[in-house]
Amino acid sequence: MTDPNVAGGVSSVDVASAGVADDSAVAHKPRSLGGDAWRMLRKRPSFIISAVIIALVVLIAIAPDLFSSRPAGFSDLLHANEGPSADAWFGYDNQGYDVYARTIHGARASLLVGVFATILTILIGSVVGIVAGYYGRLVDSLFSRVGDIFAALPFVLGAIVILTTFNAPGSNPGVVTIIVQVVVSIAALSWPVAMRIMRSATLVAKQLDYVKAARGLGASTPRIVFRHLLPNTVAPVLVYGTIALGAFIGAEATLAYLGVGVRPPVVSWGVMISDARDYFRVNPHMLLFPAGFVTITVLAFVMLGDGIRDALDPKAR
Amino acid sequence: MPQYILRRLLQLIPVFFGTTFLIYALVWAVPGDPFAGKCGQVACPPAYIEMMTAKFNLDDSIFVQYFKYLGNLFTGDWGETFNGVSVGELIGNAYPVTVRLALIAVAIEAIIGLSAGVLTGLRGKGFLDNLVLMSTTFLISIPVFVTAIVLQIVLGSELGIIDASVSEDATIGELIVPGIALGSLSMAYIARLTRTSIAENRHADYVRTAVAKGQPRSRVVGVHLLRNSVIPVLTFIGTDIGALMGGAIVTEGVFNINGIGGLIFRGIQNREGATVTGVVVLLVMVYLLVSLIVDLLYAVLDPRIRYD
Repeated sequence: MTDPNVAGGVSSVDVASAGVADDSAVAHKPRSLGGDAWRMLRKRPSFIISAVIIALVVLIAIAPDLFSSRPAGFSDLLHANEGPSADAWFGYDNQGYDVYARTIHGARASLLVGVFATILTILIGSVVGIVAGYYGRLVDSLFSRVGDIFAALPFVLGAIVILTTFNAPGSNPGVVTIIVQVVVSIAALSWPVAMRIMRSATLVAKQLDYVKAARGLGASTPRIVFRHLLPNTVAPVLVYGTIALGAFIGAEATLAYLGVGVRPPVVSWGVMISDARDYFRVNPHMLLFPAGFVTITVLAFVMLGDGIRDALDPKAR
Repeated sequence: MPQYILRRLLQLIPVFFGTTFLIYALVWAVPGDPFAGKCGQVACPPAYIEMMTAKFNLDDSIFVQYFKYLGNLFTGDWGETFNGVSVGELIGNAYPVTVRLALIAVAIEAIIGLSAGVLTGLRGKGFLDNLVLMSTTFLISIPVFVTAIVLQIVLGSELGIIDASVSEDATIGELIVPGIALGSLSMAYIARLTRTSIAENRHADYVRTAVAKGQPRSRVVGVHLLRNSVIPVLTFIGTDIGALMGGAIVTEGVFNINGIGGLIFRGIQNREGATVTGVVVLLVMVYLLVSLIVDLLYAVLDPRIRYD
């Protein structure tokens, strides 16, 4: 993260150095909060591990052929239900599919759902949150109540209702349709969280002197929002987004497991877990390998989010 | 304080109507024939369609339908499914099991989470701290159904310690392992929350004063420190009770528990609109009520918080 604007950077350094020993702040050139955070992150082993895992998963999603010579549809019924071997590292499933090849090729769909759902959640939540926080009063009450309405729906339940409403059981929607539906339903049920974070960050930032100064100088609303408010409110939302991305990959798997999410012919980790649903008691490897990939990916994003939060929090130093 | 309660109650009203209407519209205003597949392989006879249309007010606009439904609800009538089974009865059978499961899960997560959090918060950095931090991150990352399935395979099918599926009356002993699976995620959050909170308050002035005036350590930690640190944790546990009462569709499915989660999942699959709306209305009410109680409890527990 580069220094987004001078006013925000300087004030956060003041905050940061107030609590710690003063000599370091005097001796060195003042660094921005972002610069400080980056220096701190590089020293954390958990950050390095999670960054490597995420880079690897992204590489697998972009170029699955680098990791597996077999296509996702490779099937050898002679070996069906076989456990892990040198030939197929993760074994074969009940239809003779190579579990390793499918896991590798499934990364793309799982990651896509996670990334798009996160972008949509953050986008809706941030816009609504910043508008509610900035204008306050009636607008704030209105948007907050709308957020409460969506937040009162339990996540899994809400997603099942939405997804079954648009696809009657037994119907077969297209590949793109179902992915879009899963993404939209995840975002529709999660945006209130992003909105609340953004709203409270805006409420705090709005009261700061440089925002008042900017308004006194006659800056327009878009200028105040984009130049002064956003750079200072975006950090907590980004931390939430990182952790949420992991959580949404898990949610994709959960919805597919329940049979309402992404479904064949798309290959995703959730679809594989869903396929394994009726066979995992006999062939646990069918379930455990894709579930393990989901867990490790989610773990990496949660660790990354934790690290960024600690690094951006001046109080923690 | 009374003003605050009143304002919170007023805020609940639009949320209640909004959420229930959202679900009602999603379930009933879907394009397509509501009777498709309801009468087996043949098309439904016109008399049946006529009867059901009248019963569910399907000819009215969605708003009229919704308010007629709410009107019935306030007189205690939860409606009937397409087969004529009373929804109130279905809920009455399933809900006690779900409540039992939720309470067991909350008890487990509170006991383990709090003790792990207090231990690591007091000790500070070290092996135990890293262990708890790593295991909580791990628990947060595993989807609940994976935890449930792995517990079921290992403890149920492999070791034979528990029955792989829970019997009809779901005794407390049978629900412990599902409770662990259900509560594992929140357990991790509680441990982390307690740890942060204790670590923050450990060096507070009132703790130092308590030590200086010669209080035994158990009293310093148990009364002074814990009481101040546990407030955010209690808030979390409160909202979690609200969420878990909403049924654990996944956990109940894996362990074959006849709770509200299974009821609503079958309701959605079979397009039983009355069951789905009924259960969701109940869940939303429970959730809103619990979050209201948590908010009010906050003020009681921490006199420093003032609402005006």
